[in-house]
Formats: sequence, C-alpha cells, structure tokens
Amino acid sequence: MAATSAPTPGSPVKAKNPALAPGRQKDGFAKKIGRWSRRAPLQIFLALIALFWLVPTVGLFFTSIMPADLISQDGWWKFFSDPSVATFDNYRAVFNNNDLTSAIWTTVLISVGNTVLLVLLSAMAGYAFAWLEFPGRDALFVVVIGLLVVPLQTALIPIFKLYQSTSLFDTVPGLILFHVAFGLPFGVFLMRNFFVGIPKDILESARIDGASELRIFFKLMLPLALPAIASLAIFQFLWTWNDLIVALTFGNDTQPITVAIFSQLRQFGSNIELIAPASFVSLLIPLAVFFGFQKYFAQGLLAGSVK
Amino acid sequence: MSHASSSPAEGSGAKAPDPQRWGRRLTTAVFLGPAVVMLLVWLVYPTIATIYRSFFDKTGDDFVWFENYTAIFSTDNLTTALQNNALWVAVVPALVTAIGLVLAVMTEKIRWQVAFRLAIFMPMAISLFAAGVIWRIMDDKDPSKGTINASIGAVQDALGGSGGVLTRAKASTDALTGDLRTGFVLKATVQGGADPVFLGLTGIPPAQVPTDAVDANPQVEGPSSGAIFGTVWRDFKPGGGEAGVPEAGELGIPGATVELRDSGGKVLQTVETKPDGSFTFEYNGGPAKVAIAAKTFEEPFSGVSWLGPKLINPAIMIAYIWVWAGFAMVIIAAGLAAISREVLEAARTDGATEWQVFRKVTAPMLAPVLSVVFITMLINVLKVFDIVLSVAPASSQDDANVIALAMWRTSFGGVNDFGLGSAIAVFLLLLVLPALALNIRRFKREQ
Repeated sequence: MAATSAPTPGSPVKAKNPALAPGRQKDGFAKKIGRWSRRAPLQIFLALIALFWLVPTVGLFFTSIMPADLISQDGWWKFFSDPSVATFDNYRAVFNNNDLTSAIWTTVLISVGNTVLLVLLSAMAGYAFAWLEFPGRDALFVVVIGLLVVPLQTALIPIFKLYQSTSLFDTVPGLILFHVAFGLPFGVFLMRNFFVGIPKDILESARIDGASELRIFFKLMLPLALPAIASLAIFQFLWTWNDLIVALTFGNDTQPITVAIFSQLRQFGSNIELIAPASFVSLLIPLAVFFGFQKYFAQGLLAGSVK
Repeated sequence: MSHASSSPAEGSGAKAPDPQRWGRRLTTAVFLGPAVVMLLVWLVYPTIATIYRSFFDKTGDDFVWFENYTAIFSTDNLTTALQNNALWVAVVPALVTAIGLVLAVMTEKIRWQVAFRLAIFMPMAISLFAAGVIWRIMDDKDPSKGTINASIGAVQDALGGSGGVLTRAKASTDALTGDLRTGFVLKATVQGGADPVFLGLTGIPPAQVPTDAVDANPQVEGPSSGAIFGTVWRDFKPGGGEAGVPEAGELGIPGATVELRDSGGKVLQTVETKPDGSFTFEYNGGPAKVAIAAKTFEEPFSGVSWLGPKLINPAIMIAYIWVWAGFAMVIIAAGLAAISREVLEAARTDGATEWQVFRKVTAPMLAPVLSVVFITMLINVLKVFDIVLSVAPASSQDDANVIALAMWRTSFGGVNDFGLGSAIAVFLLLLVLPALALNIRRFKREQ
C-alpha cells in the first residue's frame, strides 16, 4: 500500500547513478563550465522560487520582532538596515495577554485530546473492518468512504443546536468530539488499509494461541501499525491545531489560538504588533511537528490524498 | 488491498451453530461501536437534519419548499459567492497541479532537491488562517509596508531610474515650516535681489538622494537684481557641520519643485532645482514666500490595492496556491519516481528529445497522479473558508465571498438564517458528491 512504500519529500529520488560519478572527474574544465552554464538558469530560477516561498513566513517573523511604532510605518525588511531595533517586547506582550495564553492552552488540549481519541477509535474500527468478520462489513465500509467527502458545513447547524441543548456548547470536549467525528472517515480508511496489508499468518498464529481479539489488537497490531498511526496522528493534530471554523462556531469563551487571533484581526492595522507574534507562535508547533515528522506527514498525504 | 476478501475469520464464520458467535459479535461491537456511534451522531444525523431544515424558513416553523434554494441564486451576496467559487474552481486546481508538476520535474535532478522541496512544502503545515495573516502583511497597499508592492516599486525604480523619493525629509532648521503633505515653507518673506534663499532638508537616506545630485554650491549667486534665487540641499554632513548653510560636501537636491507664493499663499511661479540644488525665479514684485512643493515628496508609486475589491480574489488565490503547491509537488514527485527508468532510457536511446520523452512517456504515465491531485484540489477549493476570512479585510469580504463562507455568515454571522444556511450547506454537499462516487468506485475496483 501507498503509505509504506511512498517516498517522502525529503528522500531523494534515485536520479543519480553512482556509476557515473567517477567518469565525471575525468571531465575537462571546459566541459564543467559548459554543463554549469547550461544548468545555471534552472538553478537560479529555482532559487528565486524557493525565495518566493520562504519570504512570506520570514517576513511574518521579522514583522513580529519590530517595535510597534516602527512596524506601523515600515516594512519588516527595515530590520536589515537597522537590526538593533529588534525587540521581543511583542512576544512578552503575547505571553502576558491572558486571552492569548489561555487560547494556546486550549489549543493544546483540543489538539492532543482529539488526536489520542481519534487514533484509538480509528485503529479499533480499522482493525474490525480488516480482520473481524461480521455481516454487512463491506457495505458499512463503503458508507465510511462516502462520509469522507461530507463537508463539515453540513453538520454545523444541527450540531450547534444539539450542543446548545446539551451542555457541550463552548466546551473543550464539545470541540474534541466534533473533530474526532470528522476525522473518523479518513482515520478508519487509513487504518483499515494498513491493517489489511499485514500478513495474515501473524494474526492467525496469535489466534490459534488463544489470544483474545483485544489482546491481539493492543499487543500485536497497534505496535505494528505505528507508522500509520504516526501519519494519522500528525494529520489530525495539525488539522485541529489549525482549525478555525469549528471553534468559531461552537465556542464563545473557549477559544483556541486561531479564534483568539481572528478576534484581533478586526483592527489589523493597529494590532499588528500583537497579531504577528501571536500568529508566529501559532505556527511554531505545526512547523516543529512538520519538520520533526515530515516522513509520516508525506506518507499520510500519499495514502489518502482524496479526502 | 486485495487481502480483505481472504481475512481469516471468513472461513470459520459460516458454520451454523457457533458457540462463539455472540462472543464474536460482542468483540465486533466493542471495536466498531464507538466509531459508528460517533459517525451517526456527528455526521449522518446532522446531514439528514440539515437537508430537512433547508426546506423551512428562517424561524423553522414554515415549510417553504425550495425557496431557500432559489434564494441562493437570487440574493446578491450569494451570487457573488457562486461566481467567486466558480472562478476558484476554474483557476486554482489547474494552476496548483501545473505548478506542482513543473516543480516536481524541475527538481528531479538538482542536488539541493531536499531543501527546495521542504521550502515549498512547509506552508502545508501552517494553518490556512495564519497563511492568510502572512499574506495580509505581504499584500499591504503601502509600498513602504507591503512586501509585494515594495518589490514592484523597487523594480519600477530600477527600470525607470527615477531616483529616490524624499519620503521622510524634514526641515533642517526651524526657519522652514510645514510637513511632507503641505510642503516646506520658508517663514521669512523674501524679495528679489537679496541674499540667497537656503532651503535645507534632512532625514534623507543616501539611497533616496537622486543619482544625478552634485555638491551644493556654498557661494550661490543670483543674477544681481530682479530675481529670487537659492538652493535646496541635503543639510547633512557626517561629523557635524552647521545647520542652515550649505557647506562643502553637502549634496544639492535636483528635481525638487520650488514654489514662489504671494502673501496669500497663491502660487506665482514654480521651478525645478538643478543638479546642485540651485534655483532662480525671475521676480520683481513685492514680498513673497518660497516653498518646497509637496509634489517633491509625493510617492511616484502608491501601491497596488491587492486587498481592495478588484484584486481581492487573485490576492487570496495567490496565498492559497502558495500553501497547496507543495502538496501537488510532493504527490507528483512520488508519481515521477515510480516511473520506470528503463522506459525513459529506452525512449531516449530511440532518439526522443527530452520534451518528447516528457510529452509522450512521462505525462501519460503521470495522468492518474495528476488527476488525483486535481480532484483533491477541486474539493478543497469548493470548501475554501479560513483563508478568505483572514486575507480579506472586512471591507472586501463581500467581494471575496465564497460558498463555505456565505454558509457560515448566513447561519452564524449575525443574520442567523438557519433555513438559508442549511440550503447553502446542502448545495455544497451536492457539489462534492461526484467525488464520493469516485471514491467508492476506486474502492470497488480495489476489491
């Protein structure tokens, strides 16, 4: 299956043939220059593209360390003409702002809580779809695949009413449950496809030994499924960390960081010294997760790119 | 994937009296139950409820048949949303796929492939909302603040060679009064044939001094009588110097517009300064005032209004493409890597050019991957929401409206019309349904 064999963005495609390497050293100087000049336009073009892709994020960072009075008049690149203006006061202000710190904490709770729950439920259901026999199994799985495409807008109004009539409105559990439910179709799909690929001998010998299904699942299957679980967990974590619409709809005071920044956005011009560092803080965790686990991130993408 | 039909439980499952049957059912329920319950409560029930609700009016009391649906096509701000979303569908998936393909092919053989792909891919980790904030900074209209407009201005300056603009000039002494918007006026009144008029400016970075400037002449002389003359210059000398008097080593400011005004402030004459900053008015009348006109300090390029109503859609799309191009590139690169080297080599050996190899071999073999990327982007684009909310300022949000945003604003943004909101949600669901059929077909084929 795709999730186990797909190359990651990091792994170089096997384009270089090592057998060619010694031959290259024999090339004359003129030949080298010739090759370089043929390739240079491409390299320069790509360098410009990479620059274009990096500048916005870099710009946000430098914006976030400029003093408020400066950034309201000048661009972030003024930092380079006078690096001494850099200040961490804006960050201090973010961390002294109770709304923002509690928003960060809320974001962590929602993201971690819903990721753990989703992984557990998806793995269990995925295992059932792969290795337990029950009537209507394939039909039920087709329904799950069908639910993959349901836009969450479809559920907003009824769930809003449901949450208001129960006590789930404006609570962390309410947000967690919504995210888990909407993560399930993809999660079950991913985990089922992974479990189906596990050789059945492993499973059968465990069953013959008399191990219970729960035991097989927790002791044997879950450890085997770690790569798929990592992909799923990273996806769900990033998805909820970055969510705006769900939290905006089902929360008032329970604000994750995106909603907290959103409420500052109304006065964009005058609040940029708060919005920029808060946005940058909100990026740090996803970026760390991304750079730390990019292999699994790409695998997850490849495994279920039609969501 | 084909293992599913051969799962081990199947063989023993058919026997009629099975003592373990209930135990197995219980196991299945334990494994599957929580997920099924959640899907029923949070997805299946709400979908049905939304469809039902979409046939009722705002209060929910009156059954209105398809009125909410016809309203989608007849309400101004909703038709804008439809048009915009149509534009998104027409432009973005194709562009993202094309950019992803180009980048994947181009980076296939470069040495710093890993670094390059990480850079392009990185925005995928960032929330679309934060990406919107980032691009709001990029898109600022003021060229001294917005990155894009600053770049455009810099390119224009380089091409046009118009020199700098004295955007932050100040009067060097308090003999002058005024500011950048009004121009600087010499407080004292002047008369023809008298001493030279010195109009000193500071706060001009070297980069803003016009390139044809030469040193100001300290001993500027006028044509004896019948004239008012003087110098506009950069009254700044490293290491000090006297303010208000041109000294050796201080540059004149060429091209500044100087005005001669009568006592009522009416402009009598205007001249432009020479390379050494000197100017002369032929003048024989009564007492007058001399001023550096505001025009001197005007910005030649005032910035493209990316976030205004006209360009807001392209501006948001650029931000969105910036986020998603990495996704397309990674998926397509994986597809490229899977193409057999031998096939490509065989084509090259047969004398095909690189372009022919790409068109006749690579592209057809990539077609399935390209269609996956395209369809994924199509669905994403139909649901676009967060980035519109964060890039578009409140004043342009109506012009940038899209279906998902319209659904939210109708239902929760103050209007609180759950009937119409439900109808928009159902409409959105209908738009993505073809993808559902596609998913199911893919699954069936794999079985």
